Amino acid sequence: MNRSDHVTPTTGGEARELRLLEQAWRHPRGIFGWLSYTTHQAIGLRYIVTAFIFLLVGGIEALLMRIQLAVPNNTFLSPDRYNEIFTTHGTTMMFLFAVPVMEGMGIYLVPLMLGTRNVAFPRLNAFGYWMYLCGCIFLYWGVFTNAAPDAGWFAYPPLAGPQFDPGKRVDFWAQMITFTEVSAMCVAAELIATIFKMRAPGMTLNRIPLFCWSMLVQSFMVIFAMPSIMIASSFLLSDRTLGTHYVNPAEGGDPLLYQHVFWFFGHPEVYIIFIPALGFVSHIISAHSRRAVFGYPAMVLSVVATGFIGFGLWVHHMFATGLPQIGEAYFTASSMMIAIASGAQIFCWIATLWTGRLRMTTALHFVFGFIAIFVFGGLSGLVLASVPLDLQVHDTYFVVAHFHYVLIGGALFPLFGAFYHWFPKMTGRLLNEALGKLNFWVLFIGFNLTFFPMHILGLKGMTRRIYTYPPEMGWGAANHLATIGAAIIALGGLLFIANVLLSRRRGQIAGDDPWDADTLEWAASSPPANYNFEYLPVASSRSPLWDPPEERAIVTGLRNDRREALVTTLMDAEPHHRYVLPGPTIWPLITAIAVTVGFAGSVFNGWYIFWGAGLTGIGLIGWFWPRRPLELKP
Amino acid sequence: MSRVAFLVLCACALTSCAGHQQSAVDPAGVQADRIAHLWWFFFCVLIAIFLAVMAFTLWTLTRRHRGIEQEPLESKHKPSEATESRLTRTVSGLVIATVLVLLVLLVSSITTGKNISELRDKQHGLIIETTGNQWWWQFRYLNDDSNEILITANEIHIPVGRPVMIRGMSQDVIHSFWVPNLHGKRDLIPSRITEEWIEADHPGAYRGQCAEYCGLQHAHMVFWVIAEPPEKFKHWFDSQLQPAATPTDPDKLRGQQVFLKNACVFCHAIRGTTAAAQNGPDLTHFGSRRTIAAGTLPNTPGNLGGWIVDPQNVKPGNHMATIAVNSEDLQPLIDYLESLK
Repeated sequence: MNRSDHVTPTTGGEARELRLLEQAWRHPRGIFGWLSYTTHQAIGLRYIVTAFIFLLVGGIEALLMRIQLAVPNNTFLSPDRYNEIFTTHGTTMMFLFAVPVMEGMGIYLVPLMLGTRNVAFPRLNAFGYWMYLCGCIFLYWGVFTNAAPDAGWFAYPPLAGPQFDPGKRVDFWAQMITFTEVSAMCVAAELIATIFKMRAPGMTLNRIPLFCWSMLVQSFMVIFAMPSIMIASSFLLSDRTLGTHYVNPAEGGDPLLYQHVFWFFGHPEVYIIFIPALGFVSHIISAHSRRAVFGYPAMVLSVVATGFIGFGLWVHHMFATGLPQIGEAYFTASSMMIAIASGAQIFCWIATLWTGRLRMTTALHFVFGFIAIFVFGGLSGLVLASVPLDLQVHDTYFVVAHFHYVLIGGALFPLFGAFYHWFPKMTGRLLNEALGKLNFWVLFIGFNLTFFPMHILGLKGMTRRIYTYPPEMGWGAANHLATIGAAIIALGGLLFIANVLLSRRRGQIAGDDPWDADTLEWAASSPPANYNFEYLPVASSRSPLWDPPEERAIVTGLRNDRREALVTTLMDAEPHHRYVLPGPTIWPLITAIAVTVGFAGSVFNGWYIFWGAGLTGIGLIGWFWPRRPLELKP
Repeated sequence: MSRVAFLVLCACALTSCAGHQQSAVDPAGVQADRIAHLWWFFFCVLIAIFLAVMAFTLWTLTRRHRGIEQEPLESKHKPSEATESRLTRTVSGLVIATVLVLLVLLVSSITTGKNISELRDKQHGLIIETTGNQWWWQFRYLNDDSNEILITANEIHIPVGRPVMIRGMSQDVIHSFWVPNLHGKRDLIPSRITEEWIEADHPGAYRGQCAEYCGLQHAHMVFWVIAEPPEKFKHWFDSQLQPAATPTDPDKLRGQQVFLKNACVFCHAIRGTTAAAQNGPDLTHFGSRRTIAAGTLPNTPGNLGGWIVDPQNVKPGNHMATIAVNSEDLQPLIDYLESLK
């Protein structure tokens, strides 16, 4: 290891090494080449852009619902259309936007923050993205062929069963789950391996950046939660297509079994979405308040605790089904316990802001917005944890208000903050700050105008998932206000898009580290080269870039003529061995298409499972075909 | 105290629901009253916490680090040891306070839950078997004496001050029984029986609605609970037990014939006639109900005519068959049904 400040190729040898590195990591050309990328920046951006498109689609669906509900007895949408739209809105936002966008941010940022060249399994990474994309296309294929799912994003049987929902609508929903879950599992596996084994030397467990801790916990949650939803959707699919009776009460199946299995996934899902957002918040706060986040151990323990407790409170979605009282008390207690972990984090952030030197950038605006909205949503969550109160507000607009407060406030606001914070890293240009602050205020006001009145609507008895309501209920004014708010949110969305398009071309050049931030991603160039770092950095502390330059070190000795990365030990991140990462390949895409043939076809004809398996086999043979090791070439 | 805090904070927003017929914060029953008390307690505690957290957060913007000794962060990015240990103490204290507040909320919630679950009286309670159907409600007043069993639909009357057990079942998908002025909701699940006790303490008409998404017309699955003094309830109950009177005037008699000769009888029952099917709402005392089509429309002759002629227009997707009724038969049919008081 060498000690050095900023390494620039000064000698002929170094220039040659850099050229070799460029060559080894060069993207293949052409459309075919574009489809073969395996670098984490490219795939992370693909996730983010695709997910953002589906945020817009889900947002348009939300606007259609708000138009329908703006006045009583509205006939803008038929009941059938309304039910399709609210189901597709929930499904899109949860499965096609929120989880993938967080995964995309993780794939993009984690290797940079850890100071490595790529994720541990680049081909699996590409495969995961193609599976996600195929899942999106599959669901919207259903939507545009008038087979949009209409049984809610939770698809409770027997309503979602073959008797009460004939046709292919729910099949499209249930199989889309399979696509996105395969994708999520791929990301989880590779992020865990990357975070455990590919950290920069010196990045011991207690120096891992908080966002990487978040992604680590999130990935473990994915691994434990996703099999549960796969079981639930398989129950449903096999009841619908194969004639089994897992959850069909008419033949002795149990609809409550489905609810348990669904919510054992469904509740952790919320944390899968918002735990990465907690990581964004920590990084934004530390960079823009000019000090490391206070209480690093408490922050890490809180995130880990949230990950564990998150699996112990699914029953609070089922209080109205009439469960034994002792069980209800347990789940009330566990649901409230999560507030301890969240509270500790909020206090640590406020303590950081308290003692920091704040730079009121747009990103920090979004963090303040996050604290306000998320704390409010978290507190209304305590109402839902209490059994007697939940029995009143369950399945009313109070719940709609609550989860939009925690998901938009808890995940979307930090995500926008993260876009403003890391956009310069991703593109090399800063987003416009003036437009950004306008963007924040429009979103913040629009959000509260839309969702605050819904608390009152819920207490006044407005149930969820109703396509209309009579005027004498007195719900008209608050609904009207909510619709106006939704239009303002849409305006905020347009401002963001305008800002991205404008700044992408004309934004101020960012440089490597526009915020003078502390984590390793800011040591890479903006946008990062395909290989991230010319020399892998060494993490000298939790805030390596704030250490005096003379204490910073780099790794040398890796071969630059092939895609080589350093594997380090789990606890202390001691260099362990060198690892050759696979290069660009088309096989993940071919395999994903083969799997898609099997998954999509099986909705119509069970035999497609076998055709799909055969094709997948071919894809995997191509994927794992042995290649001549580079060393043997002359 | 809680009322005061509430009035200060969002007076105009929520007070407009005073006297409302489907509101969780305007209780008219023992159970709903306890829940509302718990709600106002939670409301005050949570709003206080929210305001405190916001005050601390916004203070970071204005405070400019007065009173905290620290080196210039710009160069070192590191507050002094003293500052950090002070922060540690404060944050630990706040976390402990959080735990204590949560304990208080937990205990109050469990106590209320326990108190509510004790409000049952199997000896003297009235038992109403409630069956959810897409998209209407069937109610059966159970009784050991089979002559005292009453079947009705979409509207129940209950005596004030007497516990009533809702024995919940479902014929098709999952529904949820919810009258917010009286109590929280209870799901009606096929293949299971659920139980909920309600007890009205004020006379009045309370609107209830299905709260679990149940398909196309989930929005129009409404019922009414009329709480009355016991004598009035007894009178209603006895009159409902009577079979429908055979009409005497020729117009209504013709209406009865129209009903009995058409497909109506495949689904509906009118006690005292040959119509006895239970696939749709029992119409024996249809004329006494407030609404038609499970709360979709007020029960007026005009609305009834529109509903019979084109039910899919009134409530798209509902399971009532469209029956071709001659225009000269329609008025007698309406007159007959409306006469079934």
